[in-house]
Amino acid sequence: MIVNEHCSIVSQREIAENIYELILHGELTSKMNEPGQFVHVKVASGYAPLLRRPLSIAHVNKENQEFTLIYRKDGRGTAILSSKKTSETVDILGPLGHGFPIEETKAGETAVLVGGGIGVPPLYELSKQLVKKGVNVKHVLGFQNHAAVFYEDKFKSFGSTYVTTVDGSHGTKGFVTDVMNELSFDTIYSCGPTAMLKAVEAGYATHKKVYVSLEERMGCGIGACFACVCHTADDPFGFSYKKVCTDGPVFKAGEVVL
Amino acid sequence: MNRLETQLPGLNLKNPVMPASGCFGFGREFGGLYNLNDLGAIMIKATTVEPRFGNPTPRVAETAAGMLNAIGLQNPGIDGVMNNELPWLEQFDVPIIANVAGSTEEDYVEVAKRISTAANVQALELNISCPNVKTGGIAFGTIPEVAKSLTKKVKEVSVVPVYVKLSPNVTNIVEMAKAVEDGGADGLTMINTLLGMRLDLKTAKPILANKTGGLSGPAIKPVAIRMIHDVSQQVNIPIIGMGGIESAEDVIEFFYAGASAIAVGTANFVDPFVCPKIIKDLPELLDQLGFDHISECTGRSWN
Ligand SMILES: Cc1cc2nc3c(=O)[nH]c(=O)nc-3n(C[C@H](O)[C@H](O)[C@H](O)COP(=O)(O)OP(=O)(O)OC[C@H]3O[C@@H](n4cnc5c(N)ncnc54)[C@H](O)[C@@H]3O)c2cc1C
Ligand SMILES: Cc1cc2nc3c(=O)[nH]c(=O)nc-3n(C[C@H](O)[C@H](O)[C@H](O)COP(=O)(O)O)c2cc1C
Ligand code: FES
Repeated sequence: MIVNEHCSIVSQREIAENIYELILHGELTSKMNEPGQFVHVKVASGYAPLLRRPLSIAHVNKENQEFTLIYRKDGRGTAILSSKKTSETVDILGPLGHGFPIEETKAGETAVLVGGGIGVPPLYELSKQLVKKGVNVKHVLGFQNHAAVFYEDKFKSFGSTYVTTVDGSHGTKGFVTDVMNELSFDTIYSCGPTAMLKAVEAGYATHKKVYVSLEERMGCGIGACFACVCHTADDPFGFSYKKVCTDGPVFKAGEVVL
Repeated sequence: MNRLETQLPGLNLKNPVMPASGCFGFGREFGGLYNLNDLGAIMIKATTVEPRFGNPTPRVAETAAGMLNAIGLQNPGIDGVMNNELPWLEQFDVPIIANVAGSTEEDYVEVAKRISTAANVQALELNISCPNVKTGGIAFGTIPEVAKSLTKKVKEVSVVPVYVKLSPNVTNIVEMAKAVEDGGADGLTMINTLLGMRLDLKTAKPILANKTGGLSGPAIKPVAIRMIHDVSQQVNIPIIGMGGIESAEDVIEFFYAGASAIAVGTANFVDPFVCPKIIKDLPELLDQLGFDHISECTGRSWN
C-alpha cells in the first residue's frame, strides 16, 4: 500500500563528507516491510524542483514509527533536503518497489552484502533483518575515499565488515570485487553504481543467488510513466521490459540488462 | 444539479477532469491509490499496431518548472491493449479515450478501427503530435494537409468520435486546428509537449539518450492557454485542454481560454492524488467565482 504523508524530521546530520542521515517520523513506517524499498521525496513545495527524488529506506524502526534515509548532497534537490531542520516536514510517497528477498537465505547460511557509495544505505536495513532471522552476514562496502565512509561501525555490529576505497585512504585499496573473491557465502545482495553491479554479475555469473538493486531516472515512481524501464536479459533487443520502480529496484542477477 | 457534468461528442462526463495520455499508464497503478470512478474519463497511453519498447534511458530530465520526456510510445501493441488493459478498465464506470499512434496512415487506421470497437472506448485521441518518434508522429502534426487527410481516413473507420491531439511545435496552430476540423474531427485535444533539450554540466552532452524530448509541466501552461485561446475562437468543435494543470484554478483558466474539459499530465507524477483533489476543489472555486456550472467558464476570455 502506497501512502503520501508529510513526515516530520526527527533529526538530520552530516555523517560523512556530503552524506546526510535523515530520520523521519510517519505512520507509513508501518507499511515498510521489504529492505531495499524506496520512497519518493518532494524536497520542496512548488516547482523548484518539480519532481520527486527516489531515496532508499536505510533503516526502519516500527516501534517509534521512524525511518532513516541516507543520501549524498549532489544536485539541487538533495541540497535543499540537506538544509531542512528538525521539526520541519518532508513530503514522502511510499514505500515503493520490491526490495531484497531475505527468504532466499536460510538461517545458518551466509550472505554477503556488497555496497558502493550511496548504494550502501539500503543494505543496513537488509543486514538487520537477515541477522534477525539467523543469517550470518558479511559486508563489503566500497567508497571513493576516507571522507566518504559512513556506517562502518554500525555494519560491524551485525557482522564482519570490509571497507574498500578507490584511493586506499581507508580499508583496502581497490574495488569491492577484489575483497569478495576472498570470501565464501551462499547469497549476494548488492546495491551501487551500475559499473559495480556489472562487475558483481560478471564475476559470479554461475552463482545461483545474486540480487542487484538498480538505479534509473524516474518520473512517477509508481509504474505509470515508463521512464525507468530496462530490457529483460532473455530478450535484450525486443519489447519485453521491467520497470525499475515497481518490478525492482531489486532484480535477480541476469534478469534484466544492466 | 451536478455542476461539473460535461457533455462532449461521445462523452458523458461526471466531471471534466481526466488524466492525460502517457501520464497514467492504463490506470492500474492509480487504481491502487484511489477509486478511478471519481474521474471524468481516462486517456490511456498511446497504442500502436505492434508492441513497442520505446527509447533508451535516460528517458526523463527535469527542467525549471517542468520536465522533458522521451519515452518513445512504449506500449504493448493493439492486441495487448485490447486483450489485457481495456477489459481490466471495464470494472470502472469511466469512459476511456484511446490515444492512437503510428508511423504510417495505415497504422493509425488499423489501430483506430479496432480500438474504437472496445466496449469502454468512447472516443479516440489521434496522437499526431508525439515529438519522440523518428517517423510519423510529428510529421502528421505539422503539415495541415497531411493531418487533414489522416483525420478523414480515421473518421471513416472509427465507430466513436475522433479528437485530434495538436502539437504546439508549429508556426500556425489555428491553421492546423482548422485543417483537422475540415477533415471531420469531432474535437481537439491540446497541447502535446514542446520539443526541448537539456545538457549535462559534466559531460556537455544531452541528458536524454534520445537527445531531445517533450517539455511538459507548469512551464508550458502559458503556451497552452494562448493556443487554446486562439484556436477556440476559430473552430466549432470542443477542446480538451492540457499543459501544466495542477489545481482547480488552472482548470478554470483553461476554461476561460476556451476549453470544455481538461486533462492533467505531469502533475500526476508530483502528486498522484492530484486528479481527485482538483475534482473536489472545483465546486468551491465555482462558488467563489459566482458560477453555477463549470461550462459557463468556457471561452470567457474572448466571449
Ligand atoms: C531506487 C533508487 C534509490 C536511491 N537511493 C538513494 C539513496 O539511498 N541515497 C542516495 O544518496 N541516492 C539514492 N538514489 C539516487 C538519488 O535519487 C539521486 O542522487 C537524486 O535523485 C539526485 O537528486 P538531486 O536533485 O540532488 O540531483 P539533480 O541532478 O539535480 O537531479 C535532477 C534529476 O535527475 C534525477 N537523478 C539524478 N541523479 C540520479 C540518480 N543517480 N538516480 C536516479 N535519478 C537521478 C533526479 O531524481 C532529478 O529528477 C537512488 C536512486 C534510485 C533510483
Ligand atoms: C511521460 C509522458 C508521457 C507522455 N506520453 C504521451 C502519449 O503516449 N501520447 C500522447 O498523446 N501524449 C503523451 N504525453 C503528453 C501529455 O499527454 C500532455 O499532452 C502533456 O504532457 C502536457 O500536459 P502536462 O503539462 O499536464 O503534462 C506524455 C507526457 C509525459 C510527461
Ligand atoms: S518511474 Fe514512472 S514507471 Fe517507473
